[in-house]
Amino acid sequence: MPAWIFVFIKSAILLFVVVTAFAYAMLAERKIMGWMQLRPGPNRVGPWGLMQPAADAAKLILKEDLAPRTADPLLYRLAPFISLLTAFSVYAVIPFGASPAGIWSIGNVNAGVLFLLAIMSLGVYGISLGGWASGSKYPLLGSVRSTAQMISYELSMGLSFAGVLLVAGTTSLDGIVHAQVGLWFFIPELVAFVIYVITAVAETNRAPFDLVEAETELVAGFHTEYSGLRFGLFFIAEYVNMLTISCIATLLFLGGWDAPFGWTALPGVAWFVVKVAAFMFFYMWLRATLPRIRYDRLMAFGWKVLLPVATLNVIVTAVVIAVRG
Amino acid sequence: MSALFWVPAVVLIASALWTITASKPVYSVVALLVNFTALAVFFLTLSAEFLAMIQLIVYSGAILVLFLFVIALLSSGVAPLSLGPNRLPRIALPAAICIAVALGLVVAGAAATHVLPVPAPAALRSAGPAGAANVFGSVQDFGRALFTTYLLPFEVTALILMVAVIGVIVLAGEETPYVATRRRAAETRKAMREAIAREGD
Amino acid sequence: MAEGKQLYNVGAILRGLSITFGFMFKKKPTIQYPSVRKQHAPRFHGLHELRRYEDGKERCIGCELCSSACPANAITVIGAENAPADRRSPGERYAARYEIDELRCIFCGMCEEACPTDAIVLTPRFEMSDFRRGSFVYAKDRLLVPPQGGTGAPPDERPGGIPADLGSVAEMKSTTDPATGYDATYYGAALKTERKGLTG
Repeated sequence: MPAWIFVFIKSAILLFVVVTAFAYAMLAERKIMGWMQLRPGPNRVGPWGLMQPAADAAKLILKEDLAPRTADPLLYRLAPFISLLTAFSVYAVIPFGASPAGIWSIGNVNAGVLFLLAIMSLGVYGISLGGWASGSKYPLLGSVRSTAQMISYELSMGLSFAGVLLVAGTTSLDGIVHAQVGLWFFIPELVAFVIYVITAVAETNRAPFDLVEAETELVAGFHTEYSGLRFGLFFIAEYVNMLTISCIATLLFLGGWDAPFGWTALPGVAWFVVKVAAFMFFYMWLRATLPRIRYDRLMAFGWKVLLPVATLNVIVTAVVIAVRG
Repeated sequence: MSALFWVPAVVLIASALWTITASKPVYSVVALLVNFTALAVFFLTLSAEFLAMIQLIVYSGAILVLFLFVIALLSSGVAPLSLGPNRLPRIALPAAICIAVALGLVVAGAAATHVLPVPAPAALRSAGPAGAANVFGSVQDFGRALFTTYLLPFEVTALILMVAVIGVIVLAGEETPYVATRRRAAETRKAMREAIAREGD
Repeated sequence: MAEGKQLYNVGAILRGLSITFGFMFKKKPTIQYPSVRKQHAPRFHGLHELRRYEDGKERCIGCELCSSACPANAITVIGAENAPADRRSPGERYAARYEIDELRCIFCGMCEEACPTDAIVLTPRFEMSDFRRGSFVYAKDRLLVPPQGGTGAPPDERPGGIPADLGSVAEMKSTTDPATGYDATYYGAALKTERKGLTG
């Protein structure tokens, strides 16, 4: 069997898994936010509302796909696909378990972390092009905000990665997880972990940094004009990005598939899923708790606090590693 | 391997042509994005993983996004550029000849002195264990070269970029009316707070 | 940046997170509405109904006091003389037309207070949703209780003025014919039929 068929099958399985995870992440978010706001959350479709994602999907597919007259015909239709493409292609390099034969990842790239950063930095195009191409003022404001916000926070995020890379001594995701066996990196690189968590929320445009789609100011931000399946694609991209960010947090800081305290009763993949789920829960918890911060404070925080702290963290880490030889 | 060369090559040239002929500036940005991505694929086929990723992160992820930012702000009317007098043909030929000669000189010089490290066919497959050092184009290799052999050009580049940053701050860092209003408001608040503290409500 | 201090108040953020986490496990006050219904207070001001006496005669005498008492101008009453052979109400007059626009109604209960014969009463029923605005103009066909039901005592004769027999009142139904989409109480349509054969 040629290697590409193997890769193709694994990609198809992964696509299915990620889309399913997206559907239930969305349901979980609605449920958890409901509970935190003293509501039961969606519970009408199927037992405990478990069929809600299917109902939502059917609704979005059947809805009319509208485009404003002032929209750019090509880019307006292209933008959701750019978002989705960048959201999914990250999974090409994410290893989900210890992979002696490369079973648990599609491609084990040497520069895995850099690949993640590169693809995630492309994610901004879907949002900014979509907002611009809508030919409408609120989406434009949303896309301009997203561009500025994502560039600002990407720097700090990259620097928080740099600390981990220095400690691990490799850019391969597989190697980073192997380097964490015994001591997960969120302990020695606590500052980087905190910076990563904050920037991750900002990178995925989630509350309290969801100024890109601040409904009180910008209707729905960059996807105001989108409806039907195209809106659905943006929606999928947002949640898949959340999953990606949680996977990266797991790989870089939470020990990947390494079992805590040597509890190897569960296989590594299960531990990976548990950690990703825990990080996702934290995301939703944040959204249910914190109010949206003001735009100028977001920028001031990113440039005047996060970036200096992240830079300092890299320098200190480098010095410590150099001193210890 | 030939498809890995020809497909990105065609995409590269087509997107470059689209960049300079597109009617709307935003289309040019999108074309340039495709161009950069195709270029990154080329770097990958040359086993220059690090360079490919940096190409995407820096050029596609940061610089081009800023282009898009500016263009989206300035040309939100979606109107195509009005066609002025086309000055391209008059300078196109001399420019093309100059660039061709320069490129030819570079290639000829490189071929004569064997400066260009031509990767062995075995290195084309990005084999090698994770984090292995002496793989061509690896992060370790790249970093060592950058901070030993090419340290001076690297630092000079950094200095030039720094000059640009300082220039931006000098040009744009004046106190705008908005900032002035905010500052005056803050001063007033401070004065009021002090007055309250002094006189006790 | 004095006003920026709030942002870095990590203690406040952690306190907020602990509050929301605790709320996850609190009992939810939600009522699963269509399957579980809240028991409204008996004096809840809901949909109106027109009542009858025990002998089946309408209580309403077409005096239009409710109409003039209504602060929202939601009630239209056109009275007519009772025909001696076919008396609709015990008095001289009866309501030939009685319409309440439930979209204008503010459910204050002033009509109930103004009525000298306790004919108009507010029931606790509130599920009036429909597909057309015209359907919210309730005429006598939907306000008046059927002759066999709803002949209970008028409100002020019951303890606390609480209606006792609200189960047997006029049916609350949509008047839209699903086949034609024609609405019997649509204002224009109703006017048209009235002009053809007024007081018929």
